[in-house]
Amino acid sequence: MNMMSPRRQRLVVIGNGMAGMRTVEELLKRAPQRYEITVFGAEPHPNYDRIALSSVLAGEKTLEQIVINSRDWYAANGIRLITGDPVVAVDRPGRTVTSASGITAGYDRLLIATGSKPLAPPIPGLGLPGTCAFRDIHDVELMLEAARTHRRAVVIGGGLLGLEAAWGLKRRGMSVALVHLMPTLMERQLDTHAGTLLQRDLDKRGIAFFTNGQTEEITGTDRATGVRLADGREIEADLVVVAIGIRPNIDLARAMNLEVNRGIVVDDGLRTTEDPNIFAVGECIEHRGQIFGLVAPIWEQAKVCAAQLAGEEEAAYVTPALSTRLKITGIDVFSAGSLNAADEADEEITFADAARGVYRKLVLREQKIVGAVMYGDVADGGWYFQMLREGADVSAMRDTIILGRAVATAALGSAAPDPHAAVAALPDSAEICGCNGVCKGAIGKAIAEKGLTTLDAVRAHTKASASCGSCTPQVESLLALALGDGFRKAAGEKPMCRCTTHGHDVVRKAILEERIKSIPEAMARLGWTNPEGCASCRPALNYYLLCAWPGEYVDDAQSRFVNERMHANIQKDGTYSVVPRMWGGLTSAKELRAIADVAEKYQVREVKVTGGQRIDLFGIRREDLPAVWRDLNAAGMVSGHAYAKGLRTVKTCVGSTWCRFGTQDSTTMGVKLEKMTWGSWHPHKVKLAVSGCPRNCAEATIKDFGVVAVDSGWELSVGGNGGIHVRATDRLCKVETEAEVLEYCGAFLQLYREEARYLERTAPWVKRVGIDYVKKRIVGDAEGRKALHAKFLYSQQFAQVDPWAERAAGGAPAEPFKTLVPAE
Amino acid sequence: MDGMVLTSGWAEIGRLTDIPRQGARVVASSIGDIAVFRALDDTVFAIEDRCPHKGGPLSQGIVHGHAVTCPLHNWVIDLQSGEAAAPDVGCVKRIPVKVEDGRVLLSLPGAAA
Ligand code: SRM
Ligand SMILES: Cc1cc2nc3c(=O)[nH]c(=O)nc-3n(C[C@H](O)[C@H](O)[C@H](O)COP(=O)(O)OP(=O)(O)OC[C@H]3O[C@@H](n4cnc5c(N)ncnc54)[C@H](O)[C@@H]3O)c2cc1C
Ligand code: SF4
Ligand code: FES
Repeated sequence: MNMMSPRRQRLVVIGNGMAGMRTVEELLKRAPQRYEITVFGAEPHPNYDRIALSSVLAGEKTLEQIVINSRDWYAANGIRLITGDPVVAVDRPGRTVTSASGITAGYDRLLIATGSKPLAPPIPGLGLPGTCAFRDIHDVELMLEAARTHRRAVVIGGGLLGLEAAWGLKRRGMSVALVHLMPTLMERQLDTHAGTLLQRDLDKRGIAFFTNGQTEEITGTDRATGVRLADGREIEADLVVVAIGIRPNIDLARAMNLEVNRGIVVDDGLRTTEDPNIFAVGECIEHRGQIFGLVAPIWEQAKVCAAQLAGEEEAAYVTPALSTRLKITGIDVFSAGSLNAADEADEEITFADAARGVYRKLVLREQKIVGAVMYGDVADGGWYFQMLREGADVSAMRDTIILGRAVATAALGSAAPDPHAAVAALPDSAEICGCNGVCKGAIGKAIAEKGLTTLDAVRAHTKASASCGSCTPQVESLLALALGDGFRKAAGEKPMCRCTTHGHDVVRKAILEERIKSIPEAMARLGWTNPEGCASCRPALNYYLLCAWPGEYVDDAQSRFVNERMHANIQKDGTYSVVPRMWGGLTSAKELRAIADVAEKYQVREVKVTGGQRIDLFGIRREDLPAVWRDLNAAGMVSGHAYAKGLRTVKTCVGSTWCRFGTQDSTTMGVKLEKMTWGSWHPHKVKLAVSGCPRNCAEATIKDFGVVAVDSGWELSVGGNGGIHVRATDRLCKVETEAEVLEYCGAFLQLYREEARYLERTAPWVKRVGIDYVKKRIVGDAEGRKALHAKFLYSQQFAQVDPWAERAAGGAPAEPFKTLVPAE
Repeated sequence: MDGMVLTSGWAEIGRLTDIPRQGARVVASSIGDIAVFRALDDTVFAIEDRCPHKGGPLSQGIVHGHAVTCPLHNWVIDLQSGEAAAPDVGCVKRIPVKVEDGRVLLSLPGAAA
């Protein structure tokens, strides 16, 4: 350093968490040169997004993805970072801090941001191996380890944290029970009705609830074995997670003789009352009697504290209105302000649609919204919250307000609802991202000035949507408004077609998360610009819905390509070809005779053996199709689905039954695979093959799922393709038994069904996601594999209906096949 | 040929409900197959069932709005005008059609009054 320059002031930060580092970031924006900064963190990690621990637990994010400030960032900003080393003593008169390992640092200004500690009630057994809290990376690692090696978990606490822990553990394959002291869940954020709906939905997802449950003891001697409740109920468990709340971490501040109450007492400038050189922010503080547990107010504190540190003495902190959301995929909860009418002057308006699982309540006081509770459909949460914060008079739309923005504003004579209109109508001061306190104007400005075009870029520049993610749709709307068609949602993923800006993955996700159950609903909810879609998006949506809701979604024939609607392949002259299934390529005299009879009776113009080991009948007139099928059905034959984006053929070779080299009965294996998989719908066609030895006469290594028999079992490989771009399969693994072949096959196909984009065959899909990913899901994760296989079999119950028999017998309308004749 | 179809009257070909919404039925006639479409909004259109590209049966295509996509090579034909959507160029013959009391009537050449 230049010896002539004045010594920079020294800032020491205790606590390398979200509040402390946000304050440092804000400070660097305001006064980058003012301080020489040293940060002490008790955890061994750089600063990470604590909120996203729930997503890590649920398997939606990795630990690498949640780092907010990497070590490089500290270095680049000249910040000295000391991790895994808590500050244990502060010498206020001498202005130095000392860490556990003995490092001492002097300060001119000190910032305390020690966060909070999980509440640990005096329950006997707490602290045994197999018990933990839900606060930091260490806890999540313990839970993930338990999920790998054990089966049963009990979570104590039915608030936000407890529920997210329970859901994450459930997603990791554990059986989960949740004990909650109160009669309904999240009673501090939800009213009884919404809490009950939430419990019902989570119950359906397999979490067992013990409400009114007071935990008396965690049982076990060397390791937790269960919990016992005060009323005598006992629940077995290998893992007990206690998530009943937090309390400010004030141990150090108390030892420093700072004023502490529930938290470290600070003034409006975030200065401790005892020492103007010491500031505190985050969950460790108490401001005007209030303590904190969400990031939105903490980001405000960070701004004010940074301004103060930068010398702006007039900056003052005011707690903003707060809203809550729950981060459980597919469960939408929103609440803000009062949950119930406080007295008779308050009014409650409620709306409930039990069938859709939607519930809304507004609490009004003097024509203003003072509280909102929403369950199931929370799209308008931001709108209500905006009015709540502004104290807007809502008397003009009192009658329709509960029905949501679209209806309420339409009733006032505004234009028809457009997916982006809600966001477009907001003033620049409207807050979009509650977590990070980013308003609409700031996002718009960043998009315009920095030329941002993707969601990730907006996150990087403004932090909007970078924390809990629930404002992502609004941020995307802002991008769409600013960029028009130039905006592409998921980077790299193109829109499905010209009817929408959404890519396939976004649409599939929305179908599941928003529980969309029909094509018109999907188009309306996702803002399709072309109201009836086109020949490209409709078949894709139809498939996605069919895959998402087996047994529930009713197929839309009018959204199917002609071949799948007519269950035959259209030819260049408008006639059709018919291919009956021949299981594993086997046939019989009876079948061949029936085919010969059909060929003669309906004057079939050509009979050909296909490349898929069966027989094709060409030149059949549309009107004759049902009769042809009836005759084939009578001989026991069913549709070969030679036309389907679905399972086509399972090719086999003769195998050990006849062949001198055969090691296993490949034909029988092929027939079994075909019996399991026929009728299944997929993003594209799917072909299987089984060869009896590595000479591979069935060409299994250019099939979607290939099986090659060897002496000791079956070699499985996936993602092969003949066709235009020939691709050999990638090896998946070797298994020993027939049952395993079936299980791996079903699981692989289900994964492909759920994750590939429409018209993407397994070859490009495997190439895109990587064989390692497929292996991880199918080979590495036994539970996951079994679950996928079970899902496949479940949807097969509804898919394995011979479409020919159905139509020949009049089960499905036969009209499409018949020509109308004008009346005389 | 368009507009040259001389007719003496309307012939009933069936009921509106015989045609699925966003679908079509084929009517055999002396000028060849005619595709009669019913849009989602119940508007009915009748055109020759031959794609201007390579003769594909338009009746078998996917109907969206007032347009159909040909099942053979995906040309999009406007049902109102009979024109192929750009960049493709071509036109298909339209046949007068109307719905009365739920009955679909076509004006076919030579149909009896
Ligand atoms: C009939 C048959 C040729 C034959 O006479 O042997 C055939 C015929 C057609 N194939 Fe094929 N393929 C046939 C076996 C194959 C094979 C061989 C195989 O399955 O082992 C391949 C290469 C293997 C593969 O799929 O990876 C094959 C690769 C294709 C492709 C290229 C696929 C690709 O991913 O690149 C297409 C084009 C497409 O699907 O988009 C295609 C498309 C077609 C279509 C559907 C073209 C069309 O859209 O009209 C043809 C329909 C004929 C009909 O109306 O019946 N056909 N086609 C074979 C029917 C098998 C069956 O019993 O179902
Ligand atoms: C699982 C989970 C989910 C959450 N979800 C949400 C959500 O959806 N929305 C929301 O708004 N909020 C959520 N929160 C709360 C949010 O994470 C906290 O409000 C926020 O992290 C508080 O920031 P902080 O800096 O005050 O505390 P922290 O982030 O905890 O940081 C404090 C740091 O100080 C360190 N420290 C403590 N003592 C010392 C010492 N003596 N020396 C050095 N270092 C020390 C601690 O180890 C810790 O790393 C969630 C929290 C958890 C745990
Ligand atoms: S692959 Fe092996 S078992 Fe199959 S026919 Fe060829 S040699 Fe025989
Ligand atoms: S025949 Fe209609 S698009 Fe080719």
